[in-house]
Amino acid sequence: MNVIPLGLFELSLASLLVLLLAWLSFKHRLEIERPLLIAALRTTVQLSLIGLVLNAVFTTVNFWLVLLIWALMLAAAGYEVMSRQKVKVKGPARFMIGASSMMLSSFSIMVLILALVIKVEPWYSPRYAIPILGMLLGNTMNGVALAMNTFSTLAWNRRAVIEQRLALGQPSGEAIEDIWRESVRTGLIPIINSMAAAGLVSLPGMMTGQILAGNTATDAVRYQILIMFMISSGTGFGVILSLWLMRRRMFDTRDRLRMRDSFHVG
Amino acid sequence: MNGLQVEQLRFLGRGPYNFAVPAGSIFGLSGSSGSGKTLLLRALSDLDPNEGRVTLNGVCSSELPASEWRRKVAWLPAESLWWHDRVGAHFRQIPPLQWFNALGFAEEVVNWEISRLSTGEKQRLAILRLLQHRPSALLLDEPTASLDKGNIVAVENFLTTYLKENNGLAIWVSHDSEQLERVGACHYAMLLGGEMRKLR
Repeated sequence: MNVIPLGLFELSLASLLVLLLAWLSFKHRLEIERPLLIAALRTTVQLSLIGLVLNAVFTTVNFWLVLLIWALMLAAAGYEVMSRQKVKVKGPARFMIGASSMMLSSFSIMVLILALVIKVEPWYSPRYAIPILGMLLGNTMNGVALAMNTFSTLAWNRRAVIEQRLALGQPSGEAIEDIWRESVRTGLIPIINSMAAAGLVSLPGMMTGQILAGNTATDAVRYQILIMFMISSGTGFGVILSLWLMRRRMFDTRDRLRMRDSFHVG
Repeated sequence: MNGLQVEQLRFLGRGPYNFAVPAGSIFGLSGSSGSGKTLLLRALSDLDPNEGRVTLNGVCSSELPASEWRRKVAWLPAESLWWHDRVGAHFRQIPPLQWFNALGFAEEVVNWEISRLSTGEKQRLAILRLLQHRPSALLLDEPTASLDKGNIVAVENFLTTYLKENNGLAIWVSHDSEQLERVGACHYAMLLGGEMRKLR
């Protein structure tokens, strides 16, 4: 691997582009310069810190250390999903629904891939395990957050319709089926689109990285296909699981709609 | 006993309610808005948490799956909502032609778009939608509120005929005591605290 190293001076050249964009925003009162600069700063600080951590972790193959990092990644993803909901579940389930469904889908797929497909020794080798969970969680998080937000918002807005369907003798699953379908779709469409466009419009990040690092394109392509399958199924299972958990909060055992008791807005 | 039997029914801090509606009869209910008539109907069809016993022809609500109970003890909300594009999609089984005719519709109404319907048409179609599962107990929440004179009579006749033919019963919420007299109902009023008092 012989990637050309980047110096700090070269990086600061690139940062001029962001500053230029911020200046443009300021000049035209687009009011996006503050969030843009804060996000750029966060990227720099967060990535620099994680670089230091990863350097340390990669040199020692310690299962407990890897587990700790997985847990921190999962907690961050769970928090992110939680904070993106407009209509929120009451109580600790607000965090647990997203976090537990992401954990079940992402972790099991990661273990499957590491142990049975890539067959890395040991299976938790941080050089593979951390980036792979990162890619899985990043995509699953987006899908789960979108789907859960759609599901709770639509169910909240259409709760009167759901109740009338229940009143006509429809079981809860039938009374909410169109909202359920729409939410699953909303969660999965971004990843389906990026699978469909891969190679034609975009060269996905990981493949680009491998090519830049000097791997052959054929190797990079195989990894990328693996990643695509992995993140689409991980997103799909995570989305379905999280919506299923959420639906259990929406109805009680007598198929009564409990939106006002289990959810709140804002 | 055949009919609807309500014993010690409590819900949302209201009650207890104890009354019976025999099969073949209509229980008329009036009262100012906010007295809780709708809440009572919702509790009877098990849409809100409740305690006590509600039985229909000897079968208690808790003995049946909730969806099956609601098909037998069917609530007609004051304002009907529609979720598919066309009328027919809201029916699992299309009712007989004479039902449509009795309420002033031709059969092709099933192909109509919901957005084309007037409030009154929606209200009459909601009655057909409710009766598709042949409920034995109707919980009618002002079933003729937005109808003109001719349609009010048509709906009254249609509902009383249905109840007679199926030996069904109804709780009929109405502000019009003449209407309750026309359909042959006994007449109770719900007071602001939720207490029911017999008027006739």
